[in-house]
This record gives sequence, C-alpha cells and structure tokens, in this order.
Amino acid sequence: MKFNTLTLSQAVEKLKAKAISHAELYHDIYEAIAEKNGELNIYLSIDDDALKKAQKLLDTPLAGIPIAVKDNFLTSGLPVTAATKLLEGYVPHYESTVTKKLKEAGGVVLGKTNTDAWAHGASTETSDFGTTKNPRNTKYSPGGSSGGSAASVAANLCVAAIGTETAGSIRQPASWCGVVGLKPTYGRVSRYGVIAMASSTDSPGPIGKTVEDCAMIFNHIAGKDPFDGTTVPKPVPDYTNNLKKGVKGMKMGICYMDHPKITGTDVAHAIEKAGKVFEELGAHVDIVPMSRVLQPGKVFIPDYAIGVYTVVQRSEVSSNLARYDGIRYGNDRSIFSHEAQNRIMLGTFTLTKGYADRYYVHAQQVRTLYRKNYSNLFTTYDLLLSTPSPGYALPIGASSGDPLFGELQDILVEPSSLAGITGISIPCWIDAKTNLTLGLNIMADQWQEEKVLQAAYAFEQATDWNPWVKS
Amino acid sequence: MNYEPVIGLEIHVELKTKSGMFCGCPADHFGKKPNTATCPVCLGLPGALPVPNKKAVEWTIMLGLALGSEIAKVSKFDRKHYFYPDLPKGYQISQYDQPIARGGKIGDVRIHRVHLEEDTGKLQHATIDGKKVTLVDFNRSGVPLVEIVTEPDIHSAEEAREFLKKLHRIVRFLGISDADMEKGSMRLEPNISLRPVGQHELPKYKVEVKNINSFRFAVAAINYEIERHARILDEGKIPAQETRGWDEARGATVSQRSKEEAADYRYFPEPDIPPMRFTKDQISNIKGQIGELPDAKKGRFVRVYGLPEKDAAILTDTRELADYFEACVKIGRIPAQKLANWIINKKVNIDDVLPAALILSILKAQEVVDVPPDLIAKVLADNPKAMSDYKAGKQQSLMFLMGTVKRQLPKGDVKIILDMLKKELDTH
Repeated sequence: MKFNTLTLSQAVEKLKAKAISHAELYHDIYEAIAEKNGELNIYLSIDDDALKKAQKLLDTPLAGIPIAVKDNFLTSGLPVTAATKLLEGYVPHYESTVTKKLKEAGGVVLGKTNTDAWAHGASTETSDFGTTKNPRNTKYSPGGSSGGSAASVAANLCVAAIGTETAGSIRQPASWCGVVGLKPTYGRVSRYGVIAMASSTDSPGPIGKTVEDCAMIFNHIAGKDPFDGTTVPKPVPDYTNNLKKGVKGMKMGICYMDHPKITGTDVAHAIEKAGKVFEELGAHVDIVPMSRVLQPGKVFIPDYAIGVYTVVQRSEVSSNLARYDGIRYGNDRSIFSHEAQNRIMLGTFTLTKGYADRYYVHAQQVRTLYRKNYSNLFTTYDLLLSTPSPGYALPIGASSGDPLFGELQDILVEPSSLAGITGISIPCWIDAKTNLTLGLNIMADQWQEEKVLQAAYAFEQATDWNPWVKS
Repeated sequence: MNYEPVIGLEIHVELKTKSGMFCGCPADHFGKKPNTATCPVCLGLPGALPVPNKKAVEWTIMLGLALGSEIAKVSKFDRKHYFYPDLPKGYQISQYDQPIARGGKIGDVRIHRVHLEEDTGKLQHATIDGKKVTLVDFNRSGVPLVEIVTEPDIHSAEEAREFLKKLHRIVRFLGISDADMEKGSMRLEPNISLRPVGQHELPKYKVEVKNINSFRFAVAAINYEIERHARILDEGKIPAQETRGWDEARGATVSQRSKEEAADYRYFPEPDIPPMRFTKDQISNIKGQIGELPDAKKGRFVRVYGLPEKDAAILTDTRELADYFEACVKIGRIPAQKLANWIINKKVNIDDVLPAALILSILKAQEVVDVPPDLIAKVLADNPKAMSDYKAGKQQSLMFLMGTVKRQLPKGDVKIILDMLKKELDTH
C-alpha cells in the first residue's frame, strides 16, 4: 500500500503511533507527484524541504502532514502567483492567517496548486500556467477555481488541501474530482493573506478526502482573526465532535429539482437518491419547489443570482486588481490575461459615476433579498440539498470563448454564496463510463458548519461513493 | 464691478494616534527613514486587509461633537479609486455618502461634513546617478486623516484665516493632532469663486487650491485668486473650473487639473470593513472626554480671573499654556493679572520653567517680599480673639490681623497677605 492514499485522520493516527514515518509518507507523496504532476499540472510550486519541517511536528495535532494550498494564499518561502504571469517570481514576505494557523497546528505547506488566474473561472483553464487535468479522467477539467487543490486530493498528491470559494470554487471542483469540499460561512475563516477576488464573498475552506478530514482541517483554520475585520468572534467548536450524531429528525429540503438545467438529468436522479438515503437515516426530506419559495421575495430562482453575482464580483475585482498598477511586482497591466481584462472593464463600468447605483447598489439590494429568502427557508429546514454543479465535469476546452462560463457553472451555488451561508460537496454518484463524479451540496444557515458536516458524514458512512471511506 | 468672494475650505488633519488608520504601523512618520514604518497593509500588498483604528474613529466623533456636528448612527468606509504612485492599493479608503459627522459650525461658518480616511505615501523627486527619478516613501501611507469640509460661508481671506486658526486651536485642544503645518499634519484647500455683490446664488464655477501648508499661504492664495477672478470677470468671461496649486516662489497659483480631467473615483462601499454603528452611550462617553474648548476657556478666564479679553485669548491659545497659567494661579502668592502679564510679556518657556519656579522668579524680580506661611500661622496663633471674632462675622478683625502681619513685613503685598489669611482662617 502506498501511504499517499491515506486520509488525513489515518495519516495522523499512523504517524503518532509510529506505524509509519514522515519519510515514508513524504516519499510516497513526492513519488506520486513526480509520476503524475507533469500530466495533471497541479502544482505551481513545491517545497522540497517539506519533509524536514514535518519531522519536527510529530507532537502537534496535525503531526506534520503535507497540505496542498491554492496559489492565492501567501506563504513565506514559496512564491505566490494566483496563477498569473503578473505575479510570476513574487515571493511574499508575510504569511496568510490560514496557513499560519495550519502551520501552528502542525500542518506543512507542501506546495501551491493551480487555479484559474486570480481565481477568475471555474475550470483552471484561465490559468496563465496551463490548465489542470481531472485525475479521474484527464480529458476532463477538474473544475475551478480551486481545481488544482481538488485534483491534488483526488490524485493523492497530498493528504489534504486548502481552497477558496467565491461562488462554487471549492464545491464545484470537489464535485468534479470526487472529493469533499467545505465552503464555510463568510467571515468564519480569515481572508488575510489571500489574494482577493471578490472581497464580500471570498471564503477559504478545506478540501479533503473525507468529511472527517475536512472537519479536522477546519478546526484549525476557523475563527476570528484580528487582521480580518470581517471575521466574527464566535466560538469555534471541535467540528469532529458531532460527526457521528446522525441525521435523525433533521428537516431537509431538496432544491432546484424543477430547474430546467436539472430536471430529468443524472444530477436530479443522484440528488433524489441522496434524499432517500437521508430518509432511511431518519431525516424528514421534502422537495422544495422553486414556485413555493418564490414568495415573497421572488428571487429564489437561482438565475437572478448570475446578474447580482456578476455585478458584485466584477466591481470588487476591478477594485482589488487596481493595486497591480505596474509600479511594483515587475509587470505592467498589459500582462493581465483576457479574462482579468474583461472583468476589470466590466467592474469599472458598473462602478462608474451614475452607474454604481444602478448596478452595484441595486445588486446588493437583491443580494439582501436572497439572504432573507434563505433565512426564511431555514426556519423550516435544518439543511438544504442540491448540487454544486449542473452536471459532470466538462471536457477541457469547454469554457473557451464563454465569458459567463463560470457563472453558468455556478448558477446553483451563487445564491448561497451571496447569502454567505455554508455548504459542503461530497461525492454522491459516479458515472461508470467516464469515471466522473457528481457532488451533493448540503447547505445550512450561517455558522451551522457542524450540522453540515454531521449530515455529510452520515451520508458518507451510509453509501459507497467515497473510495477513501472504508465501512 | 464689485464682487463678493465665496469661499469654502477643505482641511486635512493627520491624527496623532499611536498606530495607523488600518494597520499597526506607527502613525508618527515625521523624519523617519523612508519605508521603515510599513507593513503589508499600508503597502497594499496582495492579500492584506484593513482593520479600522478604533481610536481614530472615536477622535473623529470627538471632533464632530466639538464642532457641534451631528454624529451618524451608521457610518461606513468606501473605496475611492485613482491611480497615483503614492497610492499603493489603487484606491484610498475614505468615506463617501455616510461620513462620521455632518453639520456644525465654528462662529458663522457652517461645517458641511467631517470624515475619516487614510493618508497616502509621499513622492520624492531626486537625481540618482545623473538620472531624474521619483521615489516613493510609504511611511505616511495609512496614517489616519480627518477631512473637514465647510459650507461656502467665508467671504474674505481674513475670515478664512480666522476660521482656520479657530479650527487649529480646537484640534490641538482636543489633543487629537499636532496640526503642525510645517510637518504637513494640517493641510488646507480653499475653493474660491466670486459673485456680484447682492447676488445670493452660488457662482457657476469654483477654483480649488490644493495642499497649502500655512495660514499665510492660504491668505495669499485666496487673495491672489480673488484678484485673478475679478480680472477675468471684468472682461466678461468666467474663470475656468479647475484645481490649482500654490507656488510660493512665484507668489502665484498655477493650474494643475481642469474640470474636463476631473476624476471619477468609482466610489463603492469598502467590502473589507463592516459598517460601523454608534450607540448613544458610546457618543455620550466620547462627549464626556472633551474638555473645555478654547472659547469657553477664554470666557472663563475673563470671568474668573478678571483678565482682559486679549490676554485671555493669548493664554487660551493652547491647552498647555492655559493649563500652565492655571497651575501658577493655584500656587497663589501672585495675583492672576500679574501672572498673566508676566507669562505673556516675558514669553515664558512653559516647557522649561515649572510653575513654582516661575512664581519664585517673579517674587524675586518684583522685589515683593515673599510672605512666609509661618508668619501667617504665628500671627493667627498669637491672636486667638481676632480669629474667633472673624469667624463670628466681624470683618474688621481681618484688617487687624492684616495690620499685624504688615507691621512685621512692611513690603508684603496686601492682597496676598489677605488671601493667605483668609485661606488659613477658612481651614481652621
């Protein structure tokens, strides 16, 4: 058995019990990287000293396990590019809060993973350093923007990974790569030291082989950060505590089954079956028709979220990218890729005097309606079930020439991202022909990650979709 | 034709908080080696986030209260975008439509708004190895900056100077800024236009003069503009709406940017900082921290110490001087007016001379014999009957006691002897 296939909980346990050594674990991981990274194009940089660092960390909670980190986090000693040529060669001199906390807990940043450039995209195809391939089937995209991180987990090129989600960027690649991705509540995990995409929705989170792995990582990265004014000083529970409590008595609502993109598809079938699984486990499961939740806000149709999200996100992007003004970092603004230029121009337009009210402010108002609609729904349901993506992974190249590709991919998660709520994607279907997976998106109200993890864990244990879970 | 100047002022004041507006760097940047007081936040590095300085927000509220402004219940920060090498993020964090304070006045000049923002870095033009270069020093980047905007209620350079001096004094009294013009911690931007005398609506144009760093330059710039506009208007033309700078060497203003080039700052709410809500308790708490303001103090000095307006104004010019004067008065032995004269005329260096030392040197110089407290005590002890008579209400016994002291100390100041006797009698 190769040790790179171990889950995080297994690896920590075996290291602590001295059943395996750091050298053995890292050997197998480096070997797998050497074998596969050339084809999959997952890592943009790798720390060759990771093993040395890990060997000093046996007595820490994470015991020195290697973690792959999306290349929009600043980590000292490794370059950060956000997969853009503009930042090529830039080595930061400070550390993001997430990686700092991970390091303090005994995690080792093994390397930085590919993403869409500036995290603009849903396939890694906008990366200035080439696309990442889906480890389950290399003709297909891993999804994005955290595609490199999801693929690194799927290909066992790390033990666990970190990504960021603005709308779907953790859950969609997790779904396409057949791994677990947790999108935390906005404000639960610090954004300090993460290259900003859309500041009002960016949420860093774990991508792991199992739900338990995600909970273990999440334990160490959640919480108030004095360096991020949008984090909230709520206590951080031990997220592994309630994993085994089951879903008996929970109320769940399945959404979007009557959305034209879903009705009659494999996705609808997989989600319906997932609902049955939860029913068998003792949950009350309803289908929530879009028509029922249309009143009174009339915005639960996810399609409106595209407009709202596009305006909010492009506006913030145009502002956040202003600092790359050609004076520092060695490259001027002409090096921005086509996608970034598009977004800068659209965002600049929507913030122009006279238009800011019509676009940005109006979008924020509709956003509030989404938030209210969710609050309303969560008075009835503990959890909402849907999909992080309207379908399986798309073939490489599918995104080209479609400026709203990401938005259409993320149509079903954008409303929840705008509302800042939490959700997790776990494998719930495998297509035998292509080996591609579908994900189940389990969402709960803000700060309810425990509930989300609890239900995801129960599903994982009751089904065979996750190959890393041995029942 | 006769014109009436219409003048409004924009004043930037750097707050002397310990740390920056949105980071932990020292706010005191003056004279530091370039780029030694910076961090990821004020350098605008990728991923860095701003966290507002609570003290700076409280001090802005305090200034608003001192100016009689209304404090917002909800306020927020906004991003103001423009490209300039001293602005590392490509935007300045400022406030757009919900400033911390609105309204208020100083004298007859109404305040439009008071808001909080961050200062920018500084450009230095230099020649290195024969090449002309521009260098950026980010030490000042992210220093808390309060902007005070007046209504166009000012009608002469002199009125502008009066307003600025009063504002300067208030800011210094509150202890929120050194407001040191030479160090650039108070910067002035008058906007000026003219209208025919008798017209009430605002002129159709205005000219802004940027970043003036002394009251004298402000007066000169305003007067220069008034004359320039009058000449243009007399020719039947309208002065161009533009931004100008004051060129001290030439004693003239110079055009910098015309209206056509006016920036669209693409303001939008700063998503990295949640909106701020201020409760009544918080505001009344801050109100409680405001000491006596200059005008009130001046009035009290006239009332309580019997000083003439002019002296009171000088002594209340700074809080330090006013406190010094009152510390001297408290020691006693020398009448308030005499102290005031001495402090004002001899230009006493209040940082060097302790109040007690000043009293001694005045006594010595004036050859007024010091009245030893022992003598007072002895005279009182020797005359118990006079004491009890005084306590019973016989004022003449006080004069008797005074006479007794005076016989033993002929050069003693009558008023001081009386004060000391009274003080001693009242405590017995």
